[in-house]
Amino acid sequence: MPLLCARRVSFAYRDRQVLEDVSFVLDAGEVIGLVGPNGSGKTTLLRCLDRILDPEGAVFLEGREMCSMNRTEIARAVAYVPQNGGVSGSATVFETVLMGRRPHLRWSVSEEDKQKVSEALSLLGIGDFASRRVDRLSGGERQRVLIARAIAQDARILLLDEPTSALDVRNQIEVMDLLRRLAEERRLAVVAAIHDLNLAARYCHRLLILKEGLVLGWGTPSSLLSGEMVRAAYSIEASVKDEMGVPYVVPLRPSNNDDPVKIE
Amino acid sequence: MITDTGRQEYARLTEKRALFITSLILILIALAGVAVTLGSADLSVADSYLAVLAGLFPDAVDLPDRMIESNAVGIVWGWRLHRVLFAIAAGFGLAIAGSVMQGVLRNPLASPFTLGIASAASCGASVAIILGAGFLSGYLVVGNAFLFAMLAAGAIYGMARLRGMGSETMILAGIALMYLFSAVTSLLQYLGNSEKVQAVVFWMFGSLDKSSWPKLAIVTVVVAAAVPPLLWRAWDLNALAEGDETAKSLGVPVERSMAGFMLAASLVTAVIICFTGTIGFIGLVAPHITRMVIGTDHRTLLPASGLVGAVLLLGADCLARTLIPGTIIPVGIMTAFLGIPFFLYLFMRRRDA
Repeated sequence: MPLLCARRVSFAYRDRQVLEDVSFVLDAGEVIGLVGPNGSGKTTLLRCLDRILDPEGAVFLEGREMCSMNRTEIARAVAYVPQNGGVSGSATVFETVLMGRRPHLRWSVSEEDKQKVSEALSLLGIGDFASRRVDRLSGGERQRVLIARAIAQDARILLLDEPTSALDVRNQIEVMDLLRRLAEERRLAVVAAIHDLNLAARYCHRLLILKEGLVLGWGTPSSLLSGEMVRAAYSIEASVKDEMGVPYVVPLRPSNNDDPVKIE
Repeated sequence: MITDTGRQEYARLTEKRALFITSLILILIALAGVAVTLGSADLSVADSYLAVLAGLFPDAVDLPDRMIESNAVGIVWGWRLHRVLFAIAAGFGLAIAGSVMQGVLRNPLASPFTLGIASAASCGASVAIILGAGFLSGYLVVGNAFLFAMLAAGAIYGMARLRGMGSETMILAGIALMYLFSAVTSLLQYLGNSEKVQAVVFWMFGSLDKSSWPKLAIVTVVVAAAVPPLLWRAWDLNALAEGDETAKSLGVPVERSMAGFMLAASLVTAVIICFTGTIGFIGLVAPHITRMVIGTDHRTLLPASGLVGAVLLLGADCLARTLIPGTIIPVGIMTAFLGIPFFLYLFMRRRDA
């Protein structure tokens, strides 16, 4: 049984349709990259998958329809890392990551909770500034804190909205590598909205390409990423090379051909 | 091994919080003893505690003759103790309500003042004093102040529901209401005669002069009923402080929680300020002072802010009664004189650090 199954998920903000009939399945051990231009519905899809938004269609968590679950049950199964933010000013790193334990604890903090926080901090390599205030961290460090909080949440599905956007190249690789290891070693499922196609191609098992709320493509990076697909999604000309079995996209120029490209 | 530093630091922070709360309780007990001695009849701190105990356990406490002759028990229980306890209950409740509002709305300026609740109470009191109109005959001022305050809270909630519950919506709705109620109060003052306007102004200063055992009982019951559920949901407040989206993803039913928190905080505020007048300052500053000392975990922030609020209000009342002999300065003014320098000191010291 897949960990997560989205069936014909649609969402509209008032009269503006943002997602339409998005369907896919997510298995344990898998990293899925959500790619597509700005405004294509990536963030909205992540919010629908965590039921922060209430979409049409159905989302199943291990076979159970999400709308029959309460918020705490969802939070035990799904962790969400929003883009740029979601941390309060003056809390320490340890306390912020401890917040990830909220769906599991009642009032007091157990040794197990603290252990989970320590592990998450250690995994993200931020253990040595656990006592620093979050508002005194750099953007990249803060991003790691947010990911650590999601890991401390002990959920089997991680949803991340542009987890690498605030990071330098080395940190981008480290974080994506960590997400992939977590998925494979702990049998988690990861869905990450990513702008960098090459990062997505290298670390994701499959890609879901969105454009204007519709699924433009769904498959492995090497089966999906081609010059035509990149043109269809982003309206740019690009050369796609093979780099040790992984597609490598070199953007060339804006496309002059605005005709929609038919993708089979 | 590296991450053990985080756990050790957290353990140290937990100890610091427990120590802070214990110290505040001790300070409050000592201050209450001093507060009971204040007044025309001369009683020492020890006499005050003895008189309190004699009232509680008349058969067990052997009072010295001089205390029996001076009717110390009667003075303490009849005149002084309810005022002291009222200051504690009111300071505790206002500060907790302020903490909750600042936590839910993620805004350091959120308080009963900035959300229009205090202005609504003033407006209600003004209607009662100047127009003589109100809902509860016999308790016109108190009844109006309470109902107008709850009306404002209801209006904020209603507007937020219509526009989608969010901290910005609530704050903007609150500020709009504050100006509206202030305008109505100003209009009433403009139209009213000088004697009544003076009464309104005095009410708005905030004072503990009208405390009594029945009023203390009402405030205590409401605060005692509201605080345990607030404390029980402290993790939700912690999560809400990180944003609605994050709170939802951490399992908090955001809209329902926000409504519950705001209702409880408004009720506590309304029931206190309808008896005291507007002492809004405590609700703004006590949470800040506490946060600067022990951080943002609402499990300890709520009780500790309550205790800071109680110490501030009781301390301010003591000073208000003794600073100018023969004159009692309204406690609402005194809390600002006492609390703001302390707050600024902490604020500047923290900046330097």
